[in-house]
Amino acid sequence: MDVLYFAWVRERIGLPRERVETTAATVADLVAELMQREERYAAAFADLSALRVAVDQELSDFSASLEGVREVAIFPPMTGG
Amino acid sequence: MGVRVQSEPFDLGAEATAFAAGRSDAGAIVTFTGIVRDVEGGLLRMEIEHYPGMTEAAIAAIRAEAMTRWSLADCLVIHRHGSLAPGAPIMMVATAAAHRADAFAAAEFLMDYLKSRAPFWKKEITRGGASWVAAREADEEALDRW
Repeated sequence: MDVLYFAWVRERIGLPRERVETTAATVADLVAELMQREERYAAAFADLSALRVAVDQELSDFSASLEGVREVAIFPPMTGG
Repeated sequence: MGVRVQSEPFDLGAEATAFAAGRSDAGAIVTFTGIVRDVEGGLLRMEIEHYPGMTEAAIAAIRAEAMTRWSLADCLVIHRHGSLAPGAPIMMVATAAAHRADAFAAAEFLMDYLKSRAPFWKKEITRGGASWVAAREADEEALDRW
């Protein structure tokens, strides 16, 4: 699936999007898997309470299932307006 | 169209005039415009990042919710992204209703939701460096009143 990052999450990880092959069942599982892979993910995802999630472009949460999902985005709380 | 996400500047006077034009169905039009504010002095640019695709859908959903909750003749949301100078308009909402209470309430609702439910992120570029604007707890709490 495609995993997208925005704002300081994007900067810490060092790329805006990537293709990830995973069998993770939930967003939380995916995040844990990425944190195991490399230090930059561990640094970016250290505090999950500071992060928000969208699944297929809909706001969701870390417990969301990844079954059939094409796109996951992880980012800080939004600051529009 | 009721939702526009764009990097180009917009003319708030022209937008308000066009929105109000020929609207004999509405006795009240409220507009709100958000401006790039230089909080501490020394702001060079404000960079606004967004999530193309989701941004438009999220704003359209917020707009549809406002149209459902209040008796509105129409409502408009414009939000910019990219690099903006201090003093530049970032975004605007306009609401048209038969009576002003609906128009004001819907405009406030739109603003509260756009602040923390539309995927935009602001970064301030100053002479001293760059920093991401943190979300305020008050912004999240503001949603509770709706």
